[in-house]
Amino acid sequence: MLGKLTWDAVPFDQPIPMIASGVVALAILAVLGWVVIRGHLPYLWREWITSVDHKRIGVMYTLLAMVMLLRGFSDAIMMRAQQSLALHSQGFLPPEHYNQVFSAHGTIMIFFVAMPFMIGLMNLVVPLQLGVRDVAFPTLNSVGFWLTATGALLVNISLVVGEFARTGWLPYPPLSELAYSPGVGVDYYLWSLEISGVGTLVAGVNLVTTVLKVRTGGMNLLRMPMFCWTSLATNLLIVAAFPILTATLAMLLLDRYLGFHFFTNDAGGNVMMFMNLIWAWGHPEVYILVLPAFGIFSEVISTFSGKPLFGYRSMVAATMAICILSFTVWLHHFFTMGAGADVNAIFGIASMIIAVPTGVKVFNWLFTMYGGRVRFQTPLLWSIGFMVTFIIGGMTGVLMAVPPIAFVLHNSLFLVAHFHNVIIGGVLFGAFAGYTYWFPKAFGFKLHEGYGKAAFWCWLIGFYVAFMPLYVLGLLGMTRRMQHYDVPEWRPWLIVAACGGALIMCGIAFQIIQLVVSIRQREQLRDETGDPWDGRSLEWATASPPPAFNFAVLPTVTGEDAYWNFKHRATGQSSPDEEPEYRDIEIPRNSATGFVCAFFATMMGFALIWHIWWMVAAGAIGAFATFVAFAWRDHDEDLIPAREVARIDRSNRAQRRAMIDKVLEKEAAE
Amino acid sequence: MSTVALTDAAVTEAHHGSAVREWSGPAPKRIVTGYGFWIFILSDMVMFSAFFATYAVLLGQTAGGPTGHDLFDLRNVAIETAFLLASSFTCGLASIAADVRNTTWFQLAMAVTCALGLGFLILEGQEFASLVVRGAGPTRSAFLSAFFTLVGCHGLHVSAGILWLLTMMAQVFTKGFRPDIQRRILCFALFWHALDIIWIAVFTIVYLLGSAK
Repeated sequence: MLGKLTWDAVPFDQPIPMIASGVVALAILAVLGWVVIRGHLPYLWREWITSVDHKRIGVMYTLLAMVMLLRGFSDAIMMRAQQSLALHSQGFLPPEHYNQVFSAHGTIMIFFVAMPFMIGLMNLVVPLQLGVRDVAFPTLNSVGFWLTATGALLVNISLVVGEFARTGWLPYPPLSELAYSPGVGVDYYLWSLEISGVGTLVAGVNLVTTVLKVRTGGMNLLRMPMFCWTSLATNLLIVAAFPILTATLAMLLLDRYLGFHFFTNDAGGNVMMFMNLIWAWGHPEVYILVLPAFGIFSEVISTFSGKPLFGYRSMVAATMAICILSFTVWLHHFFTMGAGADVNAIFGIASMIIAVPTGVKVFNWLFTMYGGRVRFQTPLLWSIGFMVTFIIGGMTGVLMAVPPIAFVLHNSLFLVAHFHNVIIGGVLFGAFAGYTYWFPKAFGFKLHEGYGKAAFWCWLIGFYVAFMPLYVLGLLGMTRRMQHYDVPEWRPWLIVAACGGALIMCGIAFQIIQLVVSIRQREQLRDETGDPWDGRSLEWATASPPPAFNFAVLPTVTGEDAYWNFKHRATGQSSPDEEPEYRDIEIPRNSATGFVCAFFATMMGFALIWHIWWMVAAGAIGAFATFVAFAWRDHDEDLIPAREVARIDRSNRAQRRAMIDKVLEKEAAE
Repeated sequence: MSTVALTDAAVTEAHHGSAVREWSGPAPKRIVTGYGFWIFILSDMVMFSAFFATYAVLLGQTAGGPTGHDLFDLRNVAIETAFLLASSFTCGLASIAADVRNTTWFQLAMAVTCALGLGFLILEGQEFASLVVRGAGPTRSAFLSAFFTLVGCHGLHVSAGILWLLTMMAQVFTKGFRPDIQRRILCFALFWHALDIIWIAVFTIVYLLGSAK
């Protein structure tokens, strides 16, 4: 009846997962209870869960990422604590548990923190920057989000029911084959990523189509804000790379479930093929994560320097160059696996070449700041912290792109330090910059500046204290993923690294405090005009938070930095702009399709992991029925009457006019 | 907000000026839907290319078992190909019927497409079953794992296509040619023709090259 699932699957004898999941379950129940008792459930269902509004979906993606960051970070703290203790001893985590912790940490941080954070910000911002009312496929967008949430849910269920993979964040065969990993851990990994991978692909198709086909009048490609360009590049990479991941994981699934021989040791299976396939996805994935961050930094640096982005066209060229080159370097992830000197040399050189467009970008950011009126607010601090940190990470990367050096350093903590250096310093700092920068756009009030700065300094210093020792440890010969060790010289460095982890924890604590304080003081932090940072692109041309239809009248763009041009034309006029002629606006209707579909996907994923075949069939039929029900509905749009549009838009126009008048008065006084 | 910035903006505008053709605004829904579906098809082709590459790598890994030359029946494959190509033609007829909003011809053409697709699937199923009976199932060798996965993945796509086809027939029957249903018919046609393109590659790379000595 229930396949392989029995009560033995729940680890009652292990206190750590039981207590952790108990606390999480209590927290979830508390939140649910509060929502139900306070009567927020209908609101939540109507305005968020069934919403197909790109802004709402963007916020939910980001929220998912931030919650999962807490989970991934607690794994990190456990690893740092274990390694500080485990000299000549077993520490507090037994090997089979420790292996699950580092596998879950990597999987969660990449797939359920970095990815949803970036996709969330793109969802929120790209349609606003393009001056349009929504993405190309609003309902599909909701499906994509909920499938990502399904993947995250399955990974977390593995904490209580069964186990997670012990194979590292990429399940290298033959270790991940049934012969060596007979448990459900690898299956949890595979099915959560297959399901969330579909969600990611859907998001990618949607955003590529949005950028290429759904832009407001006059928004030529070479007038798009930099963030739209990097989003385009990222989503092209998603469309081109994620199917490879889906195919590769499907092959491993076939090996495990039906006894195929893709990656097995016997019957002609080829283990190296897995390495090639997984990294043909894996290396572009690195750029899928970091390119949107580059876009965020471009927006932030230009806004807070009060200048147009330096070398806009070279930035576009660099972005697209990275987009293509990212597919030509995958072999540098396994230089030591016997490709031979000539092949290694070619891939080594290709890897170093990617540093060139990245270098172009760094110089463009520096020259944007040069001569500008730089305002050192939190988003800019994250950007400067990024530039310093990312350059160090990039240089250690170029170092390891030299094959002989890779032979010395591969699989060591030097590598671990390198990729945390670029992913934390690049992707995560970018995500936090974007979070601070666009928070007022999403919610109508700014985040508290003081706590934001405190969080930044804790994160920045904490990062260096936590990861610079790992470079040293790598050079001292310590390999990655060690549950215990016998070299006393390593220990002091590991203790320093653990202290760095504690500092980062303070940073996260400040971020939580910042959010709470900002919500409580939202009236003081209110953004009245919709343009709190003196912005340059179109997302600042509408109210904060924007109305459901984003723009009462679609703006017409005449050049780069579209909103900046509008503002300056307005300040040049003494009479207020004429009010536009308001029309009825159709917006896509809410739909539970995404949520219901994800419900069935969760059911199916769980059933597949535990071999509950009738439940698999039920889930599949349910998902198909959901789509049919969606296809059969008669009204897919709601109408907002012109009168209502006018009412919403007039109040924002008045606020904005007041701001411009204030500027004019100030200029007159000067 | 300095005057310098103001002139910058003016220069930018003058610089691009009339030389650039202005983007006229969001594309109509039919274009957006078709374009988005093309992007999806491209991603699907990338997935197939991973399976093709795998097949190419594992072609010689027969583990002492049968090779493609021993197993493939080209006559059977030729009939499968004929079925699929003919179904693409009838699918094209269905698209034309949908464009002129002719329900009878649409349903008829879709029904024939469905029959041809089912015929293809039956032949493929027979081929798979006979291979398994002869001890040449997917667990026999890496070569056969790759063969069954690549060809089976195409077959799964055709099955999903038939499910979609039947859904579209039912939709047109109950709702008529609404604009959103027209867009779905467009996407379905793109999907069905794309499967043909993939089959041409399967036919050539798997069967023709595979049955050579």
